[in-house]
Amino acid sequence: MSGGDTDGRLVRLFALTGGRTRPSRADFTLITTVTAVDPPPTWATRPQPEHQRILRRCAEPIAVAELAALLDLPVSVVVIMLCDLLESGRITARAPHPVSCQPEDLDLLQKVRDGLGRL
Amino acid sequence: MAGSDVITRAAPDTVKILIAGGFGVGKTTMVGSVSEIAPLRTEEPLTAAGLGVDDLDGIEEKRATTVALDFGRITIGSDLVLYLFGTPGQQRFWFMWNDLALGALGAVVLIDVRRPETSFAAIDFFERRGIPFVVGVNGFYGDHPYPPDEIREALALPDHVQVLLCDARERDSSRDVLIALIDQLIAVAVHTGAAPRTDK
Repeated sequence: MSGGDTDGRLVRLFALTGGRTRPSRADFTLITTVTAVDPPPTWATRPQPEHQRILRRCAEPIAVAELAALLDLPVSVVVIMLCDLLESGRITARAPHPVSCQPEDLDLLQKVRDGLGRL
Repeated sequence: MAGSDVITRAAPDTVKILIAGGFGVGKTTMVGSVSEIAPLRTEEPLTAAGLGVDDLDGIEEKRATTVALDFGRITIGSDLVLYLFGTPGQQRFWFMWNDLALGALGAVVLIDVRRPETSFAAIDFFERRGIPFVVGVNGFYGDHPYPPDEIREALALPDHVQVLLCDARERDSSRDVLIALIDQLIAVAVHTGAAPRTDK
C-alpha cells in the first residue's frame, strides 16, 4: 500500500505477462490446484525463467493462491502465466470441488467436519 | 479442464470458506489460529483486479493501489484441502468479493461487539446472495458483554443463522465456529434431500 510505483513493480509485472492483462482462459480460481507435468511433453518448448519458477513451485500440487503468495506475484499475473504453461502441456490443473449444499455434497461436508474435529 | 488426460500425481480436491467482517475485526487472526501454515498474503493491483486494464486513462493514481488477501490452509486428508480466505475489509474493495464468494462452502462473519456496525455490510452481502454463513462474535481479550440472543436481535438475523461467541485468537474457538458453519451446511443438505423444493 505504498504511495507510488517507485520500484517499477507494475512495469515488471506487465513484462512478465508479455503485456497481456487477461488470461486466455477463465477457469483458474484461487483454489484451482496446478501440478507440473514431469517429464514435460517432448513437444514443449523451453520455459522462460519466470515460468520455470512456477514449475519448480508446482512439482507437487499447489493452489493458485498459494503459488501467487509464494512467488510474491498478483494472482492475475500468475494465472496468465499458468495459462501459458497449461497450453504448452507443462502443467495440469484441477478445478475446485463444486459445492451446492445438495444431498450429494453430504459426504464431502462430513469429511470437512471430521477433519475440523481432529484439529 | 483441459489437460486432464495427462497423468500426474493426484491433486487433492479443494474447498474454501470465507472469513468476512469489517476492517480490523480479527479475520486474519482467525485464519491464522486454525491454519496449518502462517497466513499467506497475496496482493492484487487494483487495475488488474477490478478495473478494465485496457483503459488506464485517468486512473494513474490508482495504479499502485493493491488489495490484499490473507488466507490459510487446513489439510483435511490426502485428497481434500480446505482454504480459509479473509475477505478484504474495506468496503471499496468489495468488487473482489463476488469472485471470492464463487464456489465457497460458506462464510463466517466476524463481529466486533464494540462496533458491530462495521460488519453489517458483510452480513447483507451473504444474505443477498444466499450464501450460508454463521456469525462469530469475536470477544476481544475474551470478553463477551452481550449474550448471543441480544446480538442476534441487534443484527436482525434470521433464526437459521447461528450466532457464536468466540475468540479468534484461540484455535479451538475458531475451529468450533467453522464446525458450526459446516453443521449448518449439513443440515441444509439433509433438508434439501428430505424435502426437495423449488424455492430456497
